[in-house]
Amino acid sequence: MSASPAPRILVFSTNNISDPGIDLAGSRHLHYPATVSVLAVPCSSGIKPSWILHALQTGQDGVFIASDGEECAYLPDCAERTAHLVTQAQQLMAEQGLEPQRLKMAAVCSVCAEPFAKYMREFAAALAELGPRPVAVG
Amino acid sequence: MSENPQAAGEQGEAPRRIGVYICHCGGNISDYVDVAAVRAAIADDPDVVVATTTMFACADGQQHEMVRDIREQHLDGLVVASCSPKLHTTTFRGVSRRADLNPYAYTQVNIREQDSWAHSDDREGATQKAIALVTAGIAKTRLSTPLEPLRVETVPATMVVGGGVTGLRTAIGLADIGIAVILVEREAQLGGWLGRLGPTFPHDVPGRDQVARLLAEIAERPTITVLTNAELVGKTGSFGNYTAKVHVRSEAADELRQFQVGTFVIATGADVYQPEVGELGYGIEGVVTLAEFGTLVDEAAGGTLAWHGRRVRSIAYVYCVGNRQPEGNAYCSKFCCAATVHASLKVSRLDPTVRQFHLHRDVRAYGRYELLYTQSRERGSVYLRYPDDAPPEVERTADGRLAVTLVDALTGPDPITLPVDLVVLVTGMVPRENEALTTLLKLPTGDDGFYNEIHPKLRPVETVVDGVMIAGTCQGPKPATEAVSGGLAAVTQSAGILKRGFAELDPLVATVNEAACTGCGACLTTCPYDAISSYVCDTGQKALVSAANCKGCGGCVPVCPDDAIDLLGYTSAQMLAAIDGLATTGVPA
Repeated sequence: MSASPAPRILVFSTNNISDPGIDLAGSRHLHYPATVSVLAVPCSSGIKPSWILHALQTGQDGVFIASDGEECAYLPDCAERTAHLVTQAQQLMAEQGLEPQRLKMAAVCSVCAEPFAKYMREFAAALAELGPRPVAVG
Repeated sequence: MSENPQAAGEQGEAPRRIGVYICHCGGNISDYVDVAAVRAAIADDPDVVVATTTMFACADGQQHEMVRDIREQHLDGLVVASCSPKLHTTTFRGVSRRADLNPYAYTQVNIREQDSWAHSDDREGATQKAIALVTAGIAKTRLSTPLEPLRVETVPATMVVGGGVTGLRTAIGLADIGIAVILVEREAQLGGWLGRLGPTFPHDVPGRDQVARLLAEIAERPTITVLTNAELVGKTGSFGNYTAKVHVRSEAADELRQFQVGTFVIATGADVYQPEVGELGYGIEGVVTLAEFGTLVDEAAGGTLAWHGRRVRSIAYVYCVGNRQPEGNAYCSKFCCAATVHASLKVSRLDPTVRQFHLHRDVRAYGRYELLYTQSRERGSVYLRYPDDAPPEVERTADGRLAVTLVDALTGPDPITLPVDLVVLVTGMVPRENEALTTLLKLPTGDDGFYNEIHPKLRPVETVVDGVMIAGTCQGPKPATEAVSGGLAAVTQSAGILKRGFAELDPLVATVNEAACTGCGACLTTCPYDAISSYVCDTGQKALVSAANCKGCGGCVPVCPDDAIDLLGYTSAQMLAAIDGLATTGVPA
């Protein structure tokens, strides 16, 4: 790792699908930066854009939504709903001068251990390139 | 903790009394995370009354201590930082319940799968992360409110998928305990692999006789519905009450049948490894797999062992074909050593003069199968060990026989060549191709392609998919004895879910804050389960969520322009507090 602290990433996972996938990455001892933390929710369609903004304003450099994709057991249009929330959140972020690249979303399945670890390494690298967050307003 | 801006007092909340237990997991966590530093970092939180590390949080003794702490210290919140919530949420909710603490005041923090194991290369980083995760868990617990579980009726029926020995025995077990069974088999006939076998180890009872006995027992049980040429193609509904759709093929017309079931037992079995042509001589005349050899021996019963009309006087068995490979199937298939030793005993009974050479990497005839191994050596079988990285070579010789060359561990390093009439490749198991079913049920598979249980010791037949159990060789290679044990474990597990007649579900459903709701109606069309309706009160139209219909996804939460909907257990206040907790940078111990 470089001298500057690794970017902090908040991941929203889903209890039944992406969180088990993230667990599996750990069970297989796949490494990704320890500055990645995960909060699980039942379904990615339930994530409020204001939570994402709050995370970026309280110390996270990026937010990653590990969504259910087509596998969601709750909502057939889960992917569309989550994508809509991402758009809304990026609008809120733009108002605060935060780059849209600080929010990413990808479907992570319950056995997607390696893809998850890869997403995290790549996102951390992209955020490092982007540089530190603009100083929070207010 | 000064760094937490959401300290209880500032929010005007009453102080809480939270117990925090940080688990070593016997080293699985503490080898990579400084658990004492985690404890020190959170111990001064004004709402944390008990903060302690523990070797195994899930151990009986520790659970008793937690119950005692909750009672004696009047705790009103519990945080256990250990493994994945998938493993022990139920355990510690149980601890809470036994101590008369509301189970939903408990938060499991995952510092193993999502911390120590994922960052085994970064102790400092993993420790800082554990502090942040535990802080977030405490923050969530601080804002928890007591909740009561929802009761749902369960259907006393189980769908067993797969009609091999495991599925058959499972069906009988379920029927005998009073649970109706729909047994779904993809093939035209029940019985699976075992149903095609002659005398099997260890007791020489033909596999097909064992299956015939099970089929007779099934015929006597009217509560078992058998569907052959059938596949499970649809699953909807919720825990304890699923609608299963089964596609049944028939010559007349295919049929889509529908059943209400409470649980599923998946017993779809495995396949045997099929060697590539050229692999250890496969494809050469006289080189056969264990399965092919088994048929040959059984057909010779009472006569002479022959291959294409020629009497077989010598045999070389090459063990571990397609298994225990550095690339490919790394696992051991468990049954093949015993099956081969047993086959060689059958050969020596047919003709004690047949010379038999077992070329192995080490013989894993474990437990009582050791007796078969001893017996085979007493009857003249010769065991030769070949190196892991130098498998034997098989060639056809000019005189029409076979030559097997190996470096024997005892007589090496010079290779020895054995002239034989027949070479048997001892092939293990491979996962069965079942992509449609795997996708339908969202069953997790391991690196090896077999289905994964939640925990090999603690929850050996349950999967992360609620109400779906796995048993037998679809879960991993094993002999029939162990496969059937798994089936019976799945019977018990199904009975545990279904025999009460109801199940308790998490009450983590959406609720509407009546005061904040403006009656705009934005949420009314958002729920596919029709859980949201509206009513009129003094202050106008308001939305209402039906707890019975709500699936707890939270999809309606961001739809409300007035932030009037919360998902219990994941309220906005809790999520924001958890996010603040995660922002914690570790406090030096």
